[in-house]
Amino acid sequence: MPSFVITEKCDGCKGRDKTACQYICPNDLMVLNKDVMKAYNQEPDQCWECYSCVKICPQSAIEVRAYQDFAPLGSSVIPMRGSDSIMWTIKYRNGKLKRFKFPIRTTPEGGIDPYHGMPEVSGGDLKSELLCTEAGKTLAVPQK
Amino acid sequence: MADQKGSMTSADALANYKIEEINTDLLLVGGGMAGCGAAFEVKKWAPKDMKITLVEKAAIERSGAVAMGLSAINTYLGDNTPEDYVKMVANDLMGIVREDLIYDVGRHVDTSVQLFEKFGLPIFKEDEEDTRTIEEGARPLRAGKWQIMIHGESYKVLVAEAARKALGEENIYERVFITRLLMDEKHENRIAGAIGFSLRDAKIYIFKAKAVIMACGGTVNVFRPRSQAEGMGRTWYAIWNAGSTYAMGYGAGAEMTTMENRFVPNRFKDGYGPVGAWFTLFKSRVLNAHGEDYMQKWGDMLKDYPPYGLAHVPATCLWNHTMLKDWLEGNGPFYMNTSGAMKQLFETLPEKRKKSLEADAWEDFLDMTVAQAGLWAAMDIDPQETNSEVMPTEPYFLGSHAGACGMWVSGPADISPKEWHWGYNRMTTVNGLFTGGDGVGASGHKFSSGSYTEGRIAAKAAVRFILDDSGYAPTVHTDNKTLAEEIYGPMITFEKFKDYSTEPNVNPNYIKPRLYLFRLNKLMDEYVAGTSTFYRTSEASLLRGLDLLNRLKADAPKLAAANLHELMRAWENYHRSVVGELHLRHVLFV
Ligand SMILES: Cc1cc2nc3c(=O)[nH]c(=O)nc-3n(C[C@H](O)[C@H](O)[C@H](O)COP(=O)(O)OP(=O)(O)OC[C@H]3O[C@@H](n4cnc5c(N)ncnc54)[C@H](O)[C@@H]3O)c2cc1C
Ligand code: SF4
Ligand code: SF4
Repeated sequence: MPSFVITEKCDGCKGRDKTACQYICPNDLMVLNKDVMKAYNQEPDQCWECYSCVKICPQSAIEVRAYQDFAPLGSSVIPMRGSDSIMWTIKYRNGKLKRFKFPIRTTPEGGIDPYHGMPEVSGGDLKSELLCTEAGKTLAVPQK
Repeated sequence: MADQKGSMTSADALANYKIEEINTDLLLVGGGMAGCGAAFEVKKWAPKDMKITLVEKAAIERSGAVAMGLSAINTYLGDNTPEDYVKMVANDLMGIVREDLIYDVGRHVDTSVQLFEKFGLPIFKEDEEDTRTIEEGARPLRAGKWQIMIHGESYKVLVAEAARKALGEENIYERVFITRLLMDEKHENRIAGAIGFSLRDAKIYIFKAKAVIMACGGTVNVFRPRSQAEGMGRTWYAIWNAGSTYAMGYGAGAEMTTMENRFVPNRFKDGYGPVGAWFTLFKSRVLNAHGEDYMQKWGDMLKDYPPYGLAHVPATCLWNHTMLKDWLEGNGPFYMNTSGAMKQLFETLPEKRKKSLEADAWEDFLDMTVAQAGLWAAMDIDPQETNSEVMPTEPYFLGSHAGACGMWVSGPADISPKEWHWGYNRMTTVNGLFTGGDGVGASGHKFSSGSYTEGRIAAKAAVRFILDDSGYAPTVHTDNKTLAEEIYGPMITFEKFKDYSTEPNVNPNYIKPRLYLFRLNKLMDEYVAGTSTFYRTSEASLLRGLDLLNRLKADAPKLAAANLHELMRAWENYHRSVVGELHLRHVLFV
């Protein structure tokens, strides 16, 4: 299902330091048409439907339309991603609705301290097979 | 194509480009799971003045196979021993594996999972009320013997945040596509760096490095995908991993291994959503069109492949083998018996668990294959009522999932046999070139956690490698302009010939990346056991395929790109064609 941009909602990320969808797409698909200041998917048949652009768009301007070569029309799957959880609304073709909410992280955004609680420099033995979080441990070796 | 208003045109890029040369100690190519693992680990071992640089073609928050998220961590040992783990992997890959490498992942991997939880990854616990971390003793909820369940929508976001903090923003180059590794010109078989280009600016990058960890994932779209229109993007494997790891590693002279191995997962048809949880968690089975269990029906076939077919869980490829047999007998399509499984579970489960069961089933899709949820909605499929079709995909190449492609690497000094280690863990046969995750061959079933772990292992070894050879400085004689012309070659070709015809996509002087890809896909599919022949080939077919592939590769210098985005496609598809040849030759055994 390729992503598409709703003309009316997209503001081209004008007031921001970067075009969010273009920044995030892992396949470099989203681009900004500077003439009209609207984004679009430049290669819809290379879209994995990963929803990264949908989740990041500050205007909720991006949605996904089922790949028409195998999916009938009329359904939608729409996420609202917050700082600690994500809410999904699934609309069936027949109108049935399903809603799910899942946690996404337990630390605040940008709050990771990767080496928290670890000594400043491990200064351990570079030759040993121990990784930095394994200081003082004895590594298993195969039992013959 | 003509109105690509966003990507910088070839004319603009060629008129304005600059060359930036970056001197670093260790270069990480690819910021996926292995790359982020390396970024985390390396800072704890590297001296303060050692320069570490990461280069990535996308944005690391959403790059690689975990970009969308995952609903499970597939390698967590817990109470299992590394010996059990080796046994399981060896069985699944029918014995053709490096037990030393697998063991090594097994003995370290749980510490990586503990890190993920520290970064903020929500992990399901066996006891919902248990607020402890797994490091503090809580038991994770298992989806299978090796898998644990996570709320993993932001898995990659978390891992990337930690990597960013570890390396520092100024050392990370994103939207830079690496085309080729550089070899040292004074020292034989010694890595010296890598070259690439920016997807955003008119800029060529030349990274000179004393060691390189290359981890650009596996390969999709060497074979023709089953869907040929919009749905072409919905491959099972991440559509953006183009085999750069294998193509560039091979280009640098690294010995490859088990490239004959192809991964053909059985997945929900078209959406390619995961089926694992349906088997292990919901105890479902796949039935043929007549409601028969093909595994039972053709169970005798498994006996032809002892001991792998006789194991408690037979090798994955043998499951496929029995299904294909049943299919060829005319008994398809096949369906996951979701309704039967749900009914059975509903009879036994307490009310509270029933509710969460439905959410678990949907989260499995929403965390890592949203398209499958979309397809169920489009087809009005409620798993309790309607069974869903299952189908084997087109073949992919990878080394960290249930596949084993990759490079031949040195194992750990303390457990590898002598001939399997040459000083530095996870170093390829090229001095100073390390890899991890999908890059390490003959050791599948590492998955996200194992790949991260392998990046960590490689990072520590690479630091030692650099310090052991502290007098070394890379020598690359080729002048920068020549390198730039190589990288921008497809844009130069386009600019030179584009006005010859009125429609730039149809021009006798060049081939566009898209058509190069389709030509590769067609020949791989038809001659090298793709889906259209039901995964069958012969020596004669392979030889014919090789002939066609050689003719395709002969046209590679005529690839043409109208803008920077298309330039990336040109290089990706060239990498894919190299991987296609590696696979074909390994199958042919020449
Ligand atoms: C559909 C799917 C489902 C999966 N499900 C699970 C699961 O449930 N549980 C689990 O544990 N594991 C799962 N895995 C496996 C897991 O995702 C991989 O094992 C892991 O991501 C491999 O790590 P890696 O670093 O080798 O590759 P990746 O994580 O894919 O990273 C490769 C990186 O290299 C970059 N790159 C590629 N080419 C270039 C280039 N030329 N120049 C610069 N950068 C480049 C990419 O953008 C990417 O960032 C799944 C994989 C897939 C595809
Ligand atoms: S992120 Fe949204 S608002 Fe911004 S350019 Fe993209 S579609 Fe438009
Ligand atoms: S859904 Fe994913 S692949 Fe498709 S355009 Fe958005 S970010 Fe890119």
